Parts: sequence; C-alpha cells; structure tokens
Amino acid sequence: MSDRSPDKPKVAFYWCASCGGCEEAVVDLAEAILDVVAKVDIVFWPVAMDFKRKDVESMADGSITATFLNGAIRTSEQESMAQLLRSKSQLLVALGACSHLGGIPGLANLFDRASLMQEVYVQPPSTINAEGTLPQTHYQDNGYSVELPVFQETVRPLDQVVDVDYYIPGCPPTPKTFLAAVQILLGSELPVKGTVLAPDCALCDECPRKDTKPEKPVFNEFKRPQQMLVDEQKCLLAQGLLCMGPGTRSGCEALCVRGNMPCSGCYGPTSRVRDQGAKILSCLASLVESKDETEIDRVLSTIPDPVGTFYRYGLPGSLLQRKRPDGVRQAPLPSR
Amino acid sequence: MLSRRPSAPGTSQSKFEPRIVAFFCNWCTYLAADLAGTSRMKYAPNVRVVRLMCSGRVDPQFVLDAFAHGADGVFIGGCHPGDCHYQEGNYKTLKRYHLLKRVLKEMGIEEDRFRLEWISAAEADRVRTAINQMVEKVRDLGPLNLELKDVEKADAEEVLV
Repeated sequence: MSDRSPDKPKVAFYWCASCGGCEEAVVDLAEAILDVVAKVDIVFWPVAMDFKRKDVESMADGSITATFLNGAIRTSEQESMAQLLRSKSQLLVALGACSHLGGIPGLANLFDRASLMQEVYVQPPSTINAEGTLPQTHYQDNGYSVELPVFQETVRPLDQVVDVDYYIPGCPPTPKTFLAAVQILLGSELPVKGTVLAPDCALCDECPRKDTKPEKPVFNEFKRPQQMLVDEQKCLLAQGLLCMGPGTRSGCEALCVRGNMPCSGCYGPTSRVRDQGAKILSCLASLVESKDETEIDRVLSTIPDPVGTFYRYGLPGSLLQRKRPDGVRQAPLPSR
Repeated sequence: MLSRRPSAPGTSQSKFEPRIVAFFCNWCTYLAADLAGTSRMKYAPNVRVVRLMCSGRVDPQFVLDAFAHGADGVFIGGCHPGDCHYQEGNYKTLKRYHLLKRVLKEMGIEEDRFRLEWISAAEADRVRTAINQMVEKVRDLGPLNLELKDVEKADAEEVLV
C-alpha cells in the first residue's frame, strides 16, 4: 500500500449483512488477483486489512474510483457506511446476491423484528433470559455511554438505500464473473448505469444438459434431490426436479447443475424480468400436467415452501419486498 | 408505528373504498363486462378493468405489482374451462393462481383479496355479483396498506424497545 500511485484507480471493499462468501470470491481469484492489484490501489478493505471508518471519512468525496459492497442492509451502521461509501465513490457496485437482491439474509423479511428478537434472545431452549433482556441501542455505565447500531425492521438490498451503479450477481459471484466484471469496469467504455455485470440470458442457455431439455417438461410431482437417484446427464426439469434455471440469469456456468443439484436461483432474474420468484412460479405452475383443481393442488403441494424456494435470494428486492407487517394488518378499520 | 398511505382520490378518511384491479380476457369476461354496461347493470365502481387477450396473459408479476402499488384486491376473469380462445390459456392461469395464492398467503395478504372467476361473454350478471361480492369482502378486510417505502422510512426512525 506504500507505493500508492496517484493515477491508479482507487478501489474499496466493504461488507454488510453477508456471510463473507463474496470476500472469499475475491480472494478466490488466486493469481489473477495480482493482475487486478497491479492495476488498482485498494484503499479500504476491512475484512483483509486494517482500515477504520475515519480513514474513509478523511477521503475527498468521489476520490474512490469504485467501491464493491457486498451484503444486504439490516442495521443503521450498515446504512450509514453505505451512504458514506456512496459519497466517497464514483462508482458503487453491489457485489453478490445479498447486495443485489437481499440474498439469504433477506428471507428474514418473512418475520418482523420483534418475533426475530424473541426467537433468538428469549425462546431458545438453551437460553435463560427470564427478564427478557433484548439488545439495546444505548448503554450507560459508570459515566460512559455506548451507542450500538439499530437492528432495522426490514432487510434491504443496497439500491433501496443508496444509488447503485452496477450489480455483480451470485451467491457468491464466481471468481470468473467477478473478474469479468472488474475488467469491464477497468475498460474504456462503461456499460449503462444499472447493468447487472453478467450475461443477460437464462441459465438453461449455458447448461450442459440443455440438449436433453424437453420442449415442454410436465410435472405430476415436484421431486427433491434427496428423494431420488438423479440422472447426471438428463435435464433436471425432465426428471421432475424443481430447477430455477429457466428463471435465473446465467454466468455461473451452471456449477450446481454440474454438481448434480438443481439451480436455486442465486444470479437473480434477467433484465426482462422484474420479479424472479413470480416468473419462475408462472413457468413451473403452468407445467403441471393435470387440469383438475384437486390434482393441481396435490401436485403443487409437493413444493413445500414456495416463497423460500422462488425467492431464496431475492425477497427484499422483489415486488412485495417483505411479509406484510402485522401492525398494518391489525390496524383498526375505518368506521363505515 | 408505520405511516399510512394517503387515502385514494375520492375517498374520505371515514369511509374506505377498496381499489381493485381486474384483468379480464378479451373473449369472455371483458365482453361480459361490456354486456353488463350496455344492459345498464349497476355494480360497485371500485374496479379498474385491464383488458388482456387471454387470462393466460396475466403474469403473476402483474398481480404482485398491482398489490405493491396500492391495489387492495386483484380479480382475474377468464373463459370457462374448455372455452379458452387459445385452448389452454385459462388452465395455465388456474394453475398459477393456485400457487400464487399460497405465496400471497405467506406474504401476509389475505385470500379474499385475490380471486379468479370464469365468466362467459353472456354472463353479465355474474360480473356484477362477483365484483360486488369481492368489493364487500375487501371492504371488510380494510386497506392493504402495502406502502413499502414507508416501511423503510419507519426503519430509520424506530429504535428498539
């Protein structure tokens, strides 16, 4: 970091509500990371190097060329870091599914904050918390006071908090996807703002089993991989498995399918689709063979968790964003 | 608490008027609604009808988008089973409807806010009764209040209790 050159683009990395897998994806570039590091200066990367918030605060606005931020936004601290990095960066790139669409942490939007707190701090059988103590944002002891971040009601993808320039999809993005995106950003011509930096077609397009996909697969039951011996060559939809491939952006080279597991949708929708879950729901439901209502219900009941399946990585970024808060549902009706 | 959306134009605070988005197919239900109109039948004025070529054109995204942007209910009208102008469009709708209903339920949206009806071009009276019934049910449920932006704003202000 000592040989910081003024003309090299400055790059920052930050993480919010995430597992660290996206940071891993950066490290997984292996030798290729040396090419990247030769071309850029890393000015902020708390997960790998010692930086503090004040280092960022002391930078001039817009002095960071690009910030790669992974993770969803759940706490007030994450929100304020996102805003700080936004103002210091020319380009803000949402890295990975959580930052792009909300990701796995986004499934917490099926619950409200109060019940999450109960579930974690009060109810577990191994927890003794008779007084029902919950995390507080202010704490005072011996004349010292401490402020802790607020745990917000809703998990949000980055673009619901600040303006985002580009997205790199995936849980995590494959090193190849990340490298290709970085090369695009280092290139002379930047893509249109808001572009997801991955191919814009469905996963089926690059699936090694594409040739075995029937023109119209039909379902009499949605099977799960652990219930059967999965054929390693044949299209997973044709085998009755719920594969998110038709509703998911390509770019991962169908890694899960190559591992004989159905796609679970982490690259999000293509640019023509607003709501990935609704679209794959539409696709799969219409492939149910029966026309009889009772039988349709039986076949569809073999999908035990539709929201968790179709919106596994994208609930906060979807049209409905979260489960309707109970407080609103129980609001008194206006008198008639 | 979460802030409320302002009441819809033409409504007062004291009386809630549901806003219902209806997707009617060109060949059956829309013609039935047309017939209801030319027959001077009266039904609740709470429905905004969108004409589509087929009920099968109703992408589940349309339904979610309507709810997310202020609809209190969504109504889909199509041809009777076997009568679809495109042979199977209404069956596709039926299957999607069954799965989408489960998703909506999990997202906290009551079942009565989403309805599918088969109404042929001759059944003007059925348009009237189905719409009136749905408006009454949704009126009883109250506003959906899916003002998502407000949830986010409320976040910033709220602290743990």
